Amino acid sequence: MDNGLNNSRNDFEIFQQLINGEKLDYLDSAATAQRPVSVLKAVSDFYRHDNANVHRSINTLSSRATDSYEAARDKVAGFIHAVDSQSIVFTRSTTESLNLVARSFGDLVVTAGDEILVSEMEHHSNLIPWQQLAQRKQAKLVYIGLQADGELNMTDLKRKLTSRTKIVAIAQVSNVLGTINPIKEIARLAHEQGAYMVVDGAQAAPHFAVDVQDLDADFYAFSGHKMLAPAGIGVLYGKKALLDQMSPVQFGGEMIDHVDEQSATWAAAPLKFEAGTPNIGGAIGLAAAIDYLQALGMDKIEAYEQDLMAIVLKGLSQIDGLTIYGPLDAAKHASVLAFNLGKLHAHDVATALDLQGIEVRAGDHCAQPLMHYLGISAAVRASFYFYNTRDDVDRLISGLQRTKEFFSNAAR
Amino acid sequence: MQLDKLNLLYRQLILENAAHPQHYGHLANSSYHLMLPNPTCGDTINVEMVFQAEKVAEIAFTGQGCTISQASASMMTSVLLGQNLVDAKKLIASFSRLIMGEPISDQENQALGDAAVLASVAEFPTRIRCATLAWHAADNLLDQYLEKKHE
Repeated sequence: MDNGLNNSRNDFEIFQQLINGEKLDYLDSAATAQRPVSVLKAVSDFYRHDNANVHRSINTLSSRATDSYEAARDKVAGFIHAVDSQSIVFTRSTTESLNLVARSFGDLVVTAGDEILVSEMEHHSNLIPWQQLAQRKQAKLVYIGLQADGELNMTDLKRKLTSRTKIVAIAQVSNVLGTINPIKEIARLAHEQGAYMVVDGAQAAPHFAVDVQDLDADFYAFSGHKMLAPAGIGVLYGKKALLDQMSPVQFGGEMIDHVDEQSATWAAAPLKFEAGTPNIGGAIGLAAAIDYLQALGMDKIEAYEQDLMAIVLKGLSQIDGLTIYGPLDAAKHASVLAFNLGKLHAHDVATALDLQGIEVRAGDHCAQPLMHYLGISAAVRASFYFYNTRDDVDRLISGLQRTKEFFSNAAR
Repeated sequence: MQLDKLNLLYRQLILENAAHPQHYGHLANSSYHLMLPNPTCGDTINVEMVFQAEKVAEIAFTGQGCTISQASASMMTSVLLGQNLVDAKKLIASFSRLIMGEPISDQENQALGDAAVLASVAEFPTRIRCATLAWHAADNLLDQYLEKKHE
């Protein structure tokens, strides 16, 4: 276990360096994951040998680039078990994917007096697009509360999910609490009321197998950079019938069918949502990332991370005065863990950990409503991936103990 | 052990100011106040000032924040209290250079009093914003006052 799942740590050049004189203990994969050599090589090979624009020219290079780009789309479809590659839209990020749904689909189906249901644990990217939609349409944004342990309050959800609800938008995994939400059940309940299910999968898709058909999600958004791919490539899965009804929100090259001087018609989905030259290298990197993850096995990644989470939950719960936000049961807790150490400010804790080579995030984690809900202004967040080791986790626990001692001695 | 370096950042004077901040609270008749957020952590610092006879007659702050931001705000209130407007602007400029790791004269260093101890923050680039937040707020309030005077 000490070199990551299947010794995967060796595949990441970045881990060969020291941070502040200590071995790099990277616990910020929820912000962005590291990239293995195979992904970097796939991107570099593309630019060195096959670079051309896609869906454009009748030449050999362009044909190769187009084939690779569309093969990446097929790979993504397989990765999340979509029926059809044509239901995969390449975007810039989860944020752009969710904005596209809110703007294009939201404007299509939401009218004044309708309700949009979100939870108190949403990342701003699965919140502000809906807040804006509600403002545009005089609709109401309704929040589902949480239980004391950081799980979604399903009773509250059932009460608030009514025939007025048009869209339910919820993260599959909270980027702060690590809570895994029961999307399949929520989607069923939403569909019973005639509402559509939008899933923010940014913290889920990198960590366990996702089956959009089994979940019956109408839309599912995630980012490449949290799952080993370069930054700047994201995915929006949408049911084909819904994508077909939707209008583009950006216009220009690649997305058109026929253009007259005064009007134009659009290409079929997904291309109608991909105006301009797309992030071809990013898509190819994402395909390589999926190859890497599938070789390891998503189920093995999930089990490995759950073992790490069990160790860290146990270790941290033994530190006096440390508050953990989110479920204490490792089986209910994906690989994100937020906490505060006594009255110490999250930034002070993060600096103390940084000096020990332990890279965590501190702040509001783009979830200010959740911070208000928890009654805090900031928290420390440690997040794990399959390349983290038992040693990384042990160092976090001992690093926090040392941090606590330092500040309690200093405070005398 | 790398935590030794923590002593450099969290000096006794800094910890004491954070634990027992000076001029913490609201002023009864503050004519100028400004709340500034630190976007990386969501913390906010609110600075209030009263000007009389071209001097900082009263100053106070409130807000929740990390050790560095609280200590820096506390030290700033002591440094700026009673200063005339020109000197207050100069002190803020000196502090700004100090915290960015730029050299300042011994005279400037002395004028900053306890706040000079925050020089070590320059070695922790991720924390510079924590240390400068309150000073930015004060600088902004001085500018507001000076602009109003010109009107």
